[in-house]
Amino acid sequence: MIPAVSNPRAGLAIPVVLAAMLWCAAESPAVHVAPMDAVGPRAVEELTKTTLVQDYLHAWQAMGTAFEQNRPEVLQPYFVGTARDQLSTTIRNQQALGVQTLYRDRAHDIRVLFYSPEGLSIQLTDIVEFEVEVRDQGKTVGTRHVRTNYVVLLTPTEGKWKVRIFQSGVLPAARVVAAAN
Amino acid sequence: MRLALSVLMWTAALNAEAQSALRFPPAVEAGAAFSVATSGSGPASLYIVGPSQVLRRKVQLGETVAFIASDLQIAGHYVAFLIPATNANVPAERAQFDVTPVQHVATVSFLAKPSRLPVSAPNGISGVAYVFDVFHNWILQPKPVSFQMTDSSGRSESRSTSTSNGVAWVKMNSSAKAGIAQFDAVAGSAPEEIKENRVVQEVPGDPCNIRMSALPSGHRVALETEPVRDCSGNPVPDGTIVTFTESHSGGQSTVDVPLKRGIARTEMPSVPGSVLSVASGVVMGNEIHWSGGL
Repeated sequence: MIPAVSNPRAGLAIPVVLAAMLWCAAESPAVHVAPMDAVGPRAVEELTKTTLVQDYLHAWQAMGTAFEQNRPEVLQPYFVGTARDQLSTTIRNQQALGVQTLYRDRAHDIRVLFYSPEGLSIQLTDIVEFEVEVRDQGKTVGTRHVRTNYVVLLTPTEGKWKVRIFQSGVLPAARVVAAAN
Repeated sequence: MRLALSVLMWTAALNAEAQSALRFPPAVEAGAAFSVATSGSGPASLYIVGPSQVLRRKVQLGETVAFIASDLQIAGHYVAFLIPATNANVPAERAQFDVTPVQHVATVSFLAKPSRLPVSAPNGISGVAYVFDVFHNWILQPKPVSFQMTDSSGRSESRSTSTSNGVAWVKMNSSAKAGIAQFDAVAGSAPEEIKENRVVQEVPGDPCNIRMSALPSGHRVALETEPVRDCSGNPVPDGTIVTFTESHSGGQSTVDVPLKRGIARTEMPSVPGSVLSVASGVVMGNEIHWSGGL
């Protein structure tokens, strides 16, 4: 604080930095994670809770970058198996069409439904809000605010929880019951 | 504040879509043919985007757009944009719809762990089954699944359940009989059941009751166990270490011997008055008070 007062430019710099920080905070999605105490059949350890959510949100960032830049290799650190294959195919199709899709996730409401007995898979649902923008030959053809549900299966691979199945649209029964309550 | 703004934007978008003339059905089954009517006239581009599929079509406004069975096979939430050509005097339109999985199980991913375990282990093996349709979409509606464990003698145990959000799981005991067991997951309803099989090796447990005998052999004593078995009567594998110990006033001698054809044998110095004992791991066998073979 003292240097800011003594340096007139620093006085200007602080609000700019603050604004940049607020802008960054506004850009990052709002995330709500339901308690995992009742998840079974295996109990979710504290470290797993943290890394699972971090890795899943990073997967969304990676997906956004991969689709915006039409670079399927960006998916590799966070997606595996069917999810990676399907997303990579879509990106290659986009490339062929000259289309880009921009996904900007705004909110996640995450609930873990299942942690397998041997600890090799976790199923979660995520009610996601995001903006999707479609560009054709670099020109925006439309944007849309979307609120939908994702059902995701993650498996531990190479020290991360990687997304193996990534399916949107249909709300599973357990989530409907939870929402009704 | 952000939540309120978000809800407001979403509601506004829904209202705009309700007034749109681009009428997609709210849900379409994966791989199903369907058609969508358009209004207006002139050329336009129809974009359908979702993370799992992207389509672009040239269409004529006022005509019906037909989708054949192979067009949309991946389940998910899709957004459609109908963009008239620049010379057309009609506004752009948009819609959202879901492609849903086919409600018929075509494949099962079955994970059985561990692949090797001791016999008679309660809840020792777990099986998790995920059910998918013919396009490998995850079926989230409940589907019947039965798990069956058949041991090497043909005796089987089964459990029936149904998937919850696309997943069914079970924990089962390993059988009492060592050998190769078959662990099956059967999903769907007869006669179109889908079966996945995993092989599980059930190995004998720890030795249960070790008995040895001692015979004089010149100036030494020959020690030999009976065939070593686990508590279910399965022969303990060759190579399992059996420890013979001879204790006497002058000290203690120990010999480790691997099982060979189910039996461990060795020779130790014959010391009258010594105590001979046998063990494997934490399991103790019988003791013999050696009188020198007299």
